[in-house]
Amino acid sequence: MNENRREFIKKTGLGVLAGLGVASGIFPKSSFESAVASTTHEDSASGRRWGMVIDTRKCKDGCTKCIDACHEVHNVPDFDNIKDEIKWIWKSPYGNVFPGESAQFVSEETRERSYLALCNHCDNPPCVRACPTKATFKRDWDGIVAMDYHRCIGCRFCMAACPYGARSFNWRDPRPAIPKRSQAYPTRERGVVEKCNFCSERLAQGLQPACVAACPEGVLTFGDLNDPESEVRLLLEKNHTLQRRAELGTRPSVFYII
Amino acid sequence: MIEKAFNGDRNYWGWIVFLLVIISAGIYSYINQLTTGLTLTGMGRDVSWGVYIAQFTFLVGVAASAVMVVLPYYLHDYKAFGKIVIIGEFLAVTATIMCLLFILVDLGRPDRILNVMLYPTPNSMLFWDATVLTGYLLLNIVSGWTVLGAERKGVQPPKWVKPVIYLSIPWAVSIHTVTAFLYAGLPGRHLWLTAVLAPRFLASAFAAGPAILILVSFILKKTTGFDAGKQAINKLAVIVTYAAIINFFLLGMEFFTAFYSNIPSHMHGLQYLFFGLHGKGQLVPWMRVSMIVGLGSLVVLLIPKLRTSSKWLIMACIGIVVSIWIDKGVGLIIGGFVPSPLEEIVGYMPTLGEVSITFGIWAIGILLLTLLLKIAAAVKTQD
Repeated sequence: MNENRREFIKKTGLGVLAGLGVASGIFPKSSFESAVASTTHEDSASGRRWGMVIDTRKCKDGCTKCIDACHEVHNVPDFDNIKDEIKWIWKSPYGNVFPGESAQFVSEETRERSYLALCNHCDNPPCVRACPTKATFKRDWDGIVAMDYHRCIGCRFCMAACPYGARSFNWRDPRPAIPKRSQAYPTRERGVVEKCNFCSERLAQGLQPACVAACPEGVLTFGDLNDPESEVRLLLEKNHTLQRRAELGTRPSVFYII
Repeated sequence: MIEKAFNGDRNYWGWIVFLLVIISAGIYSYINQLTTGLTLTGMGRDVSWGVYIAQFTFLVGVAASAVMVVLPYYLHDYKAFGKIVIIGEFLAVTATIMCLLFILVDLGRPDRILNVMLYPTPNSMLFWDATVLTGYLLLNIVSGWTVLGAERKGVQPPKWVKPVIYLSIPWAVSIHTVTAFLYAGLPGRHLWLTAVLAPRFLASAFAAGPAILILVSFILKKTTGFDAGKQAINKLAVIVTYAAIINFFLLGMEFFTAFYSNIPSHMHGLQYLFFGLHGKGQLVPWMRVSMIVGLGSLVVLLIPKLRTSSKWLIMACIGIVVSIWIDKGVGLIIGGFVPSPLEEIVGYMPTLGEVSITFGIWAIGILLLTLLLKIAAAVKTQD
């Protein structure tokens, strides 16, 4: 390469660097820094972010009112076998819902209780990352991780990607197995994935999610995590809470008071 | 050239009919699956991928392994591979078609498969996998067919085919890397969440693929008289040996990291596969067979005297293929789902229909390979 050209490139490079340095001084919030800030993910930004706090201390053993309400409203079929099973919200023991959390000398009371599990509507959802058709997506106006049942190709990549086992697949036609047909939400077809939708259809009518409305004990609190005055935020402020498998960086929107 | 595939003896047609019977059974089972749903398979809510995706994973490796003959021959002008390179390319073509078929039969809504291209989603590894596999298929069909066609006419292949062939070399690496990324990027699936998954995929592919190539060459020699040459076979055997060593080395790395760190979630998958977890170890016998057969074959390959004897080499190649097929085609995919995200251990057993569809796709692949190699052998032995 020509000596002059090499020199020219060197100087241009230095000039650009210097210019950037000056620019970053003049514009303190340059695009540079916002890019860095977004990777640390401290604030998920504008708009709503629906979330839920589950006070597991109040949850009664053997009660399935929230589960029944959800599954009835959403036409979730009941197949009565683990292979074809479809569930949006269910109860599991402590060690299953919180694998990796304190495994030794857990108090009997904590161990014996069962815990609600549902889609976490992650702020950083691995299922959305995995989906090859955008059939599952995060709504940027309220943070709900939603499904388009008409676009899903049934590859089940999202099921492999979900670290919470929150997704179910319609291995067979669900319609004959729906105990009582609800008009509030469409039924699904064979061959697509489904999961909890945070009752987006009820939220649109100004209603609370079906599980929250059905709970007689006040276990479930629903609200906007981005609103510091919301009931969920006040609960989070006052109580020590857990998110499921927080170490995976998915930033779940469902919190547990143990 | 195609007419050469329709000119065979009794045995040839008998073989074709045999494959067609298996294919018909597979199609019948697939129609059942289409009308009733994937509930007819052994898959369920917890083990949501099974033999279909496992075969797909294994076969991507077979497809990628063509690079082990293409690279020495075209890049390093290694003349001894002159006759075998077309077998490698056609093997890649058939393996890739089988991969796409295995993805298709695994879909809940195969009628919507074009959604992958209609709504391209670059953040999904499956989008990239579909893209690179389709590209690889085209590259290999074009280069294999063009070069063979030129040979039939006794002329040099056209110049434009060289860049296509060169492109297929890194492309081969890409298909198996992206396939590993399908699994290696998922949080919470610890058996898969490892940086050596893609390297191990490549190592096992470059062992099993050339081993299949050696076996196919022996079959071709016996049935058509087309001889790939002793030197080529010996060189391939060395490639299989090195790749198998690297594969087992990387597997050892997995064991060290999981068990020395002693992190339960990292150990669970391997424990379930190789020793059983909480008293459940459905796949333990499979994995042990895979280890014993694989390491035994490796010992045979390491001894030059045995490696260069046809009989021992054939046995060792069968052993390596079986071992890696179990490892990738059974253990890795199913093991990734056990224990489940909720630490439950749910078993998986493929159903008869599922197995029939699987055999059907294998038969489609073998039929296609038979036809392609029949053409290739006819062209190569015409003079």
